[in-house]
Amino acid sequence: MDVKKYIDSGILELYVAGQLSDNENLEVHKHALENTEVLAEIVSIENAILELSKTASPKRTYSFDSIKERILKSADVKVIDIAKKESNWSQYVGWAASVLFAAGLFYMYTQNENLKSELEVVVQENLQLEQQISDANLSLEKSNELLATIRDKNISVVPLGGQEVSPTSYAKAYWNTDQQKLFIDAQGLPEPPDGFVYQVWSLKLNPLTPTSVGLLEDFVDDENKVFALNNPNDNGSEAFGITLEPAGGSESPNLEQLYALGVVAAS
Amino acid sequence: MQLEQLVERFQTKDPGAFEKLHNMYSENICGVINTIVKNDVIAEEICQDVFVKAWHNAEKYNTSKGRFFTWMLNIARNAAIDELRSKSHKQQKKNLPVDYFVGIADDSDDQEFTVDKKQLKRLIMNLKEKCTQIIDLLYFKGYTQKEASEELDIPVGTVKTRNRSCISQLRENMSS
Repeated sequence: MDVKKYIDSGILELYVAGQLSDNENLEVHKHALENTEVLAEIVSIENAILELSKTASPKRTYSFDSIKERILKSADVKVIDIAKKESNWSQYVGWAASVLFAAGLFYMYTQNENLKSELEVVVQENLQLEQQISDANLSLEKSNELLATIRDKNISVVPLGGQEVSPTSYAKAYWNTDQQKLFIDAQGLPEPPDGFVYQVWSLKLNPLTPTSVGLLEDFVDDENKVFALNNPNDNGSEAFGITLEPAGGSESPNLEQLYALGVVAAS
Repeated sequence: MQLEQLVERFQTKDPGAFEKLHNMYSENICGVINTIVKNDVIAEEICQDVFVKAWHNAEKYNTSKGRFFTWMLNIARNAAIDELRSKSHKQQKKNLPVDYFVGIADDSDDQEFTVDKKQLKRLIMNLKEKCTQIIDLLYFKGYTQKEASEELDIPVGTVKTRNRSCISQLRENMSS
């Protein structure tokens, strides 16, 4: 390399001015290391600029201590404040957010479960209410039916009075001669003891001939104590009686246990 | 201690080495800034900022950036130009004259901006205006060759050689 030509090109002045590319800078640096003449030229150019710039230096002069204070202080700040705080901050926010999210999720889950069980209870109550309505409707239907029955123009009402065994007992017989049906209202009879049942008899008085009409089964469980029986006998019933018989009923009435008796009014 | 060793130790964040480098170059770096902002107080503030910035960017310096002074010169110019462009500066100095520092020796009696006029005059003695302009643009304003050629309306190739001859004259004045 022609050192003089290289120096005369003016590249070293631009090198000091900072107007070369990184690669050009490295090249000049290499030449400066290899050639003391190049290095000396660079130092000399630099000195000229140093000298020139020095003439504009501010009159007031600060102490390096103020810079030292700043660089040492900012070194601490850099480590503690910037680096740690920032990462911690975002980390904390992240954790807080996920904890909140989990808590919210759990809250929603329990709310949902509570609502589900409440709904189940309401559905159950609804079913019960429907059952009650249905029962009430059925009961109303039965009552209407019963009312219609005893209002029928073909009904004969026969009051049965209490007898020696139970003087306070009473019953009523509603006899539909047309349909051969007999309804016994046994409200006024005491509950039969275990193993016994009331048996209803159709009686002819002359001579006294009892014919079984039927049993008042499930006396205790029947709510309105109105029992519908078939009276397929001829229409010649002259009286009706109710006796207490062993469960299953008897062939002939035990007249000692006659609870109620009534005569059909002559029509 | 050699400059290279000081720079190496500065790069390992040795405050002692940094102090030596600072004392070697602070007058010049502060001076470069002052040629741009033209206010002693502001120049000094920026100058301290520049050295603090250099400290924090120590690991970024390497020989591909040129001389250590050149690297500092770059930081200083950028900081000073940023200040010129800043709002607060524009409010302070509304009518900033576009002039050349190196040619300022004759007409400046600014109280805020002190220049060692005697020394400056000695240095630029016999330098033509085209020389003071090109030195100012390339060294103190950070113009590239291309920008300087456009500003001075001369071919790019001429910038390099003219600058060379201008600096040579400056060096002659220094040694005389």
